[in-house]
Amino acid sequence: MTRYVVGRLFESVLVLALMSFVIYALIALMPGDPIDIMVQSNPDLTPEDAARLKALYGLDKPIFERYWNWLTAAAERDFGYSRIHSRPVLEVMGPRLANTGLLMGLALVLSLAIALPVGIYSALRPYSASDYAINFLALAGISVPVFWLALMLIVIFAVTLNWLPAGGMETIGSEAQGFTWMLDRARYLVLPVIALSVASIGGLTRYVRAAMMEVMRQDYIRTARAKGASRARVVLLHALRNAMISVVTILALSFGTLFSGALVTEAMFSYLGMGKLIYDSIIGNDYNMALVSLMFATALVLASNLLADLCYVWLDPRVHY
Amino acid sequence: MSAQNINISYSSPTQLILLRFLRHRAAVASVLVLVALGLVALAAPLVEAFLNVDSNEVDLLNIFAAPSASNPLGTDELGRDELVRLLYGGRVSLVAGLATALISALIGTVIGLLAGYYGGLLDRLLMRLTDSVIALPLLPLLIVLAAVDLSKLGLPPDLATSPEISLYRIVVIISLVGWTTVARLVRGAALTLRERDFVLAARSLGASGPRIMLRHILPNAISPIIVATTLSVGNIILLESVLSFLGLGIQPPFASWGNMLTVAQEKIYEAPMLAIYPGLLIFATVIAFNFLGDGLQDAHDPRAHDR
Repeated sequence: MTRYVVGRLFESVLVLALMSFVIYALIALMPGDPIDIMVQSNPDLTPEDAARLKALYGLDKPIFERYWNWLTAAAERDFGYSRIHSRPVLEVMGPRLANTGLLMGLALVLSLAIALPVGIYSALRPYSASDYAINFLALAGISVPVFWLALMLIVIFAVTLNWLPAGGMETIGSEAQGFTWMLDRARYLVLPVIALSVASIGGLTRYVRAAMMEVMRQDYIRTARAKGASRARVVLLHALRNAMISVVTILALSFGTLFSGALVTEAMFSYLGMGKLIYDSIIGNDYNMALVSLMFATALVLASNLLADLCYVWLDPRVHY
Repeated sequence: MSAQNINISYSSPTQLILLRFLRHRAAVASVLVLVALGLVALAAPLVEAFLNVDSNEVDLLNIFAAPSASNPLGTDELGRDELVRLLYGGRVSLVAGLATALISALIGTVIGLLAGYYGGLLDRLLMRLTDSVIALPLLPLLIVLAAVDLSKLGLPPDLATSPEISLYRIVVIISLVGWTTVARLVRGAALTLRERDFVLAARSLGASGPRIMLRHILPNAISPIIVATTLSVGNIILLESVLSFLGLGIQPPFASWGNMLTVAQEKIYEAPMLAIYPGLLIFATVIAFNFLGDGLQDAHDPRAHDR
């Protein structure tokens, strides 16, 4: 067990290290470089000045050397400045992380609250009319483009009905405190959370259904029934507990997909989270910001996958390593 | 299984699969929808000629026109016929989606065959690679890949930014990440197939590894490949549309459903319908491919039929 955990940990660190180089190289392949942008905004800079500046900052060196320089600076917590925000990148990232955490956390809670009961209901009536209807809706959920769903939600609930704000974080200029402030933020969260949740509700419902059906076929369920346990007891205690093992695992594994969805949702609703930060910094040639936020997102996703594997071993006593 | 078949009827396995598939009504409906979509997209020039419009002709006096006889769905922000644009966009979206799915399937099949047939260290390495790609936050990485300046990779600058390149680029970068499902399924199939007697027979006759993989294992692993490829088309079309929507995929003047929505979003107050049509078409295509994949999976899996 310890050997397995250490092995997986080592592997995740290795993948992260590899990915950090890949991301560094990709960012270096983005159009232009920081000095080119300086030249654009300052016509007084001659080409010779630009070349000297590039040499000064090491931009003319080979990619491996530049990566190594970045890495040694990063080891001393120097991740550079964001070009767009004119602040250290870590300072910019902090609040963004909290915002994305809130958005994704709420979406996850909503998805589970719907997918669990619906998936179980569906699994207990396989191939019935309601099972078909649920499967259809779930498939529709994973087939709808998130950005289009967000667009439709904005058109219907923000533009036409004017019930909820079309985007942003909170009412600008509002001095609200305490409970009114929370209520205000909640209003801005409703549409993004719905847009982000639809796909994961669909996917999770299908997964819960499959996992429950698999478990309900097992011998120990038949035994539980035979000894006279009530249906509720069989379903909720014997079956659900076992089905949850794979559901928890898939939840942690789907973190990367959820993050991709969050990026689109945040961009659509101008929600100031990590996804929008990554998107804006790539589009705006904010190299330092793009680099660090992408690497951080990758690290988070890898960590959640590691967690999924560990959960599986921990929750299922039948699995031994 | 085979004895039972003889008792019931004389259907071959292929016929049984077809019969099971035909019973999956949603999947059959999906085939019809996809064929219809494909045909009308193919007929785009005919529709264009019939309506006597030009899909690229800008008519600034006739923007956001209401539906009429010559413009059945009205016109867009530059006065171009919306219906014909949607059909041409469908061509690009469908071709890009299918091409990406096929290339992904090819990569996945090669990786899956190598890992499953040879096993050992190669298998472990390839499967860790597969797991790592699955684990990555794909959309942010695809956005960086789409933002890469190809002239830094040695392409001539005018070619690197041409709209044609944007078509190939999106196919390539999505293929880079889209192969994982096929790889896993093919590996699983190859793992069991390599233990079968006919593989042993081929090996004892002196067949080489590549020959066994191509002639003996691949034909028997074709059904998981088809199922996984079909299921991945939906996802690939979604990725293509979101990248094009964000302005990083297929570039104008090529219309694609994704990039049509970019403009529609800006003009949502003037012409909300322009934002509805392309999205509905993406939705319909993706859901049809997903149902089709579902139906194929059920048809190939006899266990799913204890109804």
